[in-house]
Amino acid sequence: MSWRGSWPSIAVLVKRALNEITRVPGAAIPGVLAPTIFFLGLTSVFGSLTLLPGFTTSSYQSFLIPVSLLQGAGFTGAATGVNLARDIEQGWFDRLLASPAPRPVLLAGLVLSASLRCLLPATFLLIVGFAVGVHWPGLGGLVIAITLVMGMAVVAATWGTSLALRFRTQSAAPIMQVGMLLAVLLTTAYAPQHLLTGWLQEVAKINPVTQVVEAVRQGFVGSVSWHDTWPGYLTLFALAALLSFFALRGMRRMTL
Amino acid sequence: MTGALAANARVVAALGRRSIVQTLRRPQLLAPLIVFPTALLAIQTAGAGRAVDLPGFPDVPNFLSFMLAGAIVQSVMFTGNSGAIAFAIDMEMRFTDRLYAAPIARSSVVLGRLAATATLGAIIATYFIVLGLIFGASIHEGVPAVIWIIALTSAAALAFGTIGAAIALRSNNASVVQGIFPLVFVVLFLSDAFFPANLMLEPASWIAQYNPFSFVVNGIRDPIISGWSATTELKAIAAVIGIGALGFALCAAAMRSRLRRGV
Repeated sequence: MSWRGSWPSIAVLVKRALNEITRVPGAAIPGVLAPTIFFLGLTSVFGSLTLLPGFTTSSYQSFLIPVSLLQGAGFTGAATGVNLARDIEQGWFDRLLASPAPRPVLLAGLVLSASLRCLLPATFLLIVGFAVGVHWPGLGGLVIAITLVMGMAVVAATWGTSLALRFRTQSAAPIMQVGMLLAVLLTTAYAPQHLLTGWLQEVAKINPVTQVVEAVRQGFVGSVSWHDTWPGYLTLFALAALLSFFALRGMRRMTL
Repeated sequence: MTGALAANARVVAALGRRSIVQTLRRPQLLAPLIVFPTALLAIQTAGAGRAVDLPGFPDVPNFLSFMLAGAIVQSVMFTGNSGAIAFAIDMEMRFTDRLYAAPIARSSVVLGRLAATATLGAIIATYFIVLGLIFGASIHEGVPAVIWIIALTSAAALAFGTIGAAIALRSNNASVVQGIFPLVFVVLFLSDAFFPANLMLEPASWIAQYNPFSFVVNGIRDPIISGWSATTELKAIAAVIGIGALGFALCAAAMRSRLRRGV
């Protein structure tokens, strides 16, 4: 089956995943509320950090919003993994594997739905953020931020999918969620690199997700540049490719 | 009378033991108590560690010493929530029905769960104190403070647990109890668990000054970073008693309601 011929299959899988938003709206609420609560809570608690000499902005809300946007994407992607684990437990995924649809098509349906679903928490967060004083990043900055957040959801979905195929149970949900939470928090989430202390300064330096956080953040705290943008896209592309490999390998192993 | 009390105490102890074993055997119940607060403590300490240089920040040896009390209270609040989820699952699976059919006081079923929560609170306090000492925190008031912190944390865990148990008894549904998890963060963010109230932004700063959970945090924090303060400790005790009294009243009301409804 060619990729051109696969689009209808991908579209149906995406539509099925998106149906859950309208049919089980309660399931989407935690994914929207959790990053918003963290955003409002952490800005209230740590807002005075901007008074530290060398802090890159006077608005902690603007500094933190990228982290919350990426957290929202992470939770949405992890939810894709949990839903897949449920489908595996209930035997529905076996029927998909038995269909003539190629494995990459099944994976594409899962991860593309995550990249669309993450727009729900992102939109809610941005509305709340702008209401409490987050700087307008400019149209270019906003487009970059949203596309990177969608990319992060793809990465999180491939991560969740790989784990769901490995463990084949919804009990693996905490690993999916905590994994994404740590990936985002072990960066320059709370403060700029030079103001981090101890081990986190080193970990943030080598954590590739730091590039994504900084690329999303640039428009909110200053001006947008290609120099600060491309490492974010490259990181997401590399992570998505690596995790897709593991997810596809997991699908192959399910049918062995 | 004494014999009945002793019999009840044995039931509470047996059910408490069962609850602790259940928590230790289920990673999904244990992880939120230890893994998440530990990870958040490590990340926030390193991420916002320079906050100690801010004007108005209390004089502390390091940010970890300041954060320890917040991590302990966060963890015991999760313990109360986890215990309530397990309690609701017991009700969903009809395990509590079998207990109600047995010749024991109905209150023992709730007290057994709360006894476990209090014990886990003491274990959590010990864990975080040891962890803090290993990674450079210091306890200003030494061994007496450690004993006091463990006792206060255990009492606070019991008090927080009563609120969770009341919600479990009222809802009979684990998903509903799980739904209060984000509220734990709201309460924590609106207290000075992670930052001094005077340096927080409004309106959180104002709310934190009157939030009873702030009193509990400060009752644990003061002997760690500065020294004993009778006013702070009395406020902490009053907050624990107040939260506990409210929780017990809600539990009693929920139990009466269940009896009326025949569940």
